[in-house]
Amino acid sequence: MTLQFELVSPEKQLRSGDVHQVVVPGSEGDFAVLEGHAPFMSTIRPGAIDVYETTSSGAERIFIEGGFAEVTDKGLTILAEHAQPVANIDVAGLSEKIAAAEAEVRAAPDDAHRELAEKKLAVLVAKREAAAN
Amino acid sequence: MASLKDLKNRITSVKSTQKITKAKKMVAAAKLRRAQERVEQARPYAEKMESVMASLGSRVVPGPEASPLLVGTGKTDTYLLVIATSDRGLAGAFNANIVKKARETADRLIAAGKTVKFYLLGKKGRAVIRRLYPDMIVHFQDFSDIKDPDFNYARAIANDIALRFEAGEFDVAQLYYSQFKSALVQVPTEQQIIPVPVDSHADEGAATGAIEYEPSEEAILDDLLPRNIAVQIFKGLLENGASEQGASMTAMDNATRNAGDLINDLTIQYNRTRQAVITTELVEIISGAEAL
Repeated sequence: MTLQFELVSPEKQLRSGDVHQVVVPGSEGDFAVLEGHAPFMSTIRPGAIDVYETTSSGAERIFIEGGFAEVTDKGLTILAEHAQPVANIDVAGLSEKIAAAEAEVRAAPDDAHRELAEKKLAVLVAKREAAAN
Repeated sequence: MASLKDLKNRITSVKSTQKITKAKKMVAAAKLRRAQERVEQARPYAEKMESVMASLGSRVVPGPEASPLLVGTGKTDTYLLVIATSDRGLAGAFNANIVKKARETADRLIAAGKTVKFYLLGKKGRAVIRRLYPDMIVHFQDFSDIKDPDFNYARAIANDIALRFEAGEFDVAQLYYSQFKSALVQVPTEQQIIPVPVDSHADEGAATGAIEYEPSEEAILDDLLPRNIAVQIFKGLLENGASEQGASMTAMDNATRNAGDLINDLTIQYNRTRQAVITTELVEIISGAEAL
């Protein structure tokens, strides 16, 4: 019972191989994908995915931003603009960045700019949450 | 006829030029390998994105609520030409070819009464465009602050372009870059990025009938459309990077060979002149001796 799992970022293919289960933070709620999942497509909110290599192994957590998941008969493919193992997140530097992003939201000249800045802030906050768990 | 000293100077100067072109060729060859790897590594993502866009784009019925990034603004009055060139020369006709491709379109559009705006990436395209189409450049940036453009860089450009689109600055955006085929062949390419061209893949959508979408097809599409622009620009920049090194390698290889030929010719001329000088001296000595 293995699931073919691929994690791709625009710069390179980060992971490709068989795993047991992947838990994905979908934009409308978390979902887990095992082998034989029905064809499915979903956007992903910024957050950590949990990859279980085997039934008994612990979760490998990878933080994903700007993601998109596609489940086909072949397996699960996650497209992520940015991916980083949760263990590598620099928690100390994060608070500064969040403060900077908050300032940017306040200083935005119009709605379009504000929307972009808010998105950036949401990603940073999600990153902090992922690191805290 | 040039004197011996002149010839010698020329040979030395051609030799030092050859050294430069040879070094640049080797640098380009080394960089080419890395740039090529980057292109190949970026391919899975771009391909996946393309197939998803194609299947979604053909399923969503263009309605009044559909994203303008997909269906356009309903007008084609103003064109934004995004031209990606490199910052450095010594790459043969690499930059000239890209600019030429863009100029053909620009001239055609202007002749048809459309407004054309230029969005320039890279130093080498600016001089020509500024001379030929003054006051039509809306944005210029070069790569001096970044060594290898990464995805965040491309995304920043895409965000800027999307903001301009929302502000109604243009109706159609085209991207110009050089597609990398091999070290010898690079194809200047024109690609429409806004609105997204999807209809060519319409038949592929039929195969994905049973897929469930969350939140909905339209929402996924809205989420992916701006991202797709970034992906396309990123792909263009990477292809450009590899093409530049390929073109540079070929151009420098030719230059090195030309310099070699030139050195051979000059050396032959130098030797002939030297012999002529010796002969003249001998004749002078012999006729001097005979006169005694």
